[in-house]
Amino acid sequence: MSAAFLVLSAFLASAVEMVEALTIVLAVGLTRGWRSALIGAAAATVALAGIVAVLGPALTIVPLSTLRLVVGALLLVFGLQWLRKAILRASGFKALHDEEAAFAEELEQARAARSEERAGLDWYSFTLCFKATLLEGLEVAFIVLTFGASQGSIPLAAAGAVAAVVVVAAVGIAVRSPLARVPENAIKFAVGVMLTTFGIFWATEGAGAEWPGGDASLPAVLAFVVLVSFGLVALLKRQRLRIAVA
Amino acid sequence: MTRFARFWWDFVVGDDWRVAVGVALAIAAVVILHHRHVAAWWVLPLAVLLLLYVSLRRAART
Repeated sequence: MSAAFLVLSAFLASAVEMVEALTIVLAVGLTRGWRSALIGAAAATVALAGIVAVLGPALTIVPLSTLRLVVGALLLVFGLQWLRKAILRASGFKALHDEEAAFAEELEQARAARSEERAGLDWYSFTLCFKATLLEGLEVAFIVLTFGASQGSIPLAAAGAVAAVVVVAAVGIAVRSPLARVPENAIKFAVGVMLTTFGIFWATEGAGAEWPGGDASLPAVLAFVVLVSFGLVALLKRQRLRIAVA
Repeated sequence: MTRFARFWWDFVVGDDWRVAVGVALAIAAVVILHHRHVAAWWVLPLAVLLLLYVSLRRAART
């Protein structure tokens, strides 16, 4: 079951980040040409693969309990960041991510930016697509490395991430428009829940404590995080309603 | 160097550093309880509930 969660978490996190990167690459490609935009995105992808390839084996040297403690703590802090934002969006205290609005804004900026050529590339297109893919991809690399290292299977986590990149790129090429129908906010909520769940589980184990029933406790931790999250969304929605009425 | 550190801080911790501090304190509590042979698996789930509640209430007020 842990392996299934591992692949699913890596896939979903990668998919939602790649949708955001795709929006920028599409906007730039459609307005200023595809060559520089795609080279920028590809360069960032190679850089990210390099980061995972170098750090992955380095992490296997660290003793598992230490790794789980550090990784679990980082994952928990990172996951709570995602979950917190997702709960604020779901309860209406934070604007939902609108891919179409983001695309329109990127289109306008791409049209307005001046042309500058360096190394045979449209420098604006190259740097924007490189930065967007790298930044969005760093979150994926972080999840692949932390999840994969704690489960002793970085290649499995990486496979989930690569599958998502392929799916998102294929759909993006087919429709040539931002993937606005992808339920990004719901996926981010789910990823936040999973990151927090695994963070709690591994940090507790890394700190030396034992879960009742061992790995069988993982679904119970997941259920707890889901219940707490939905409960907090309901609480905040009521609070927002009180503010609106007052 | 400062910008690099700032980037990673913002990347991992985000906009509420109190959550990171709370997690660190909760993990320390687990270590201490474990060394005293007290079952401590419940500490982090409880800490997550409290940290999220406090952080979200603050965010909702602002």
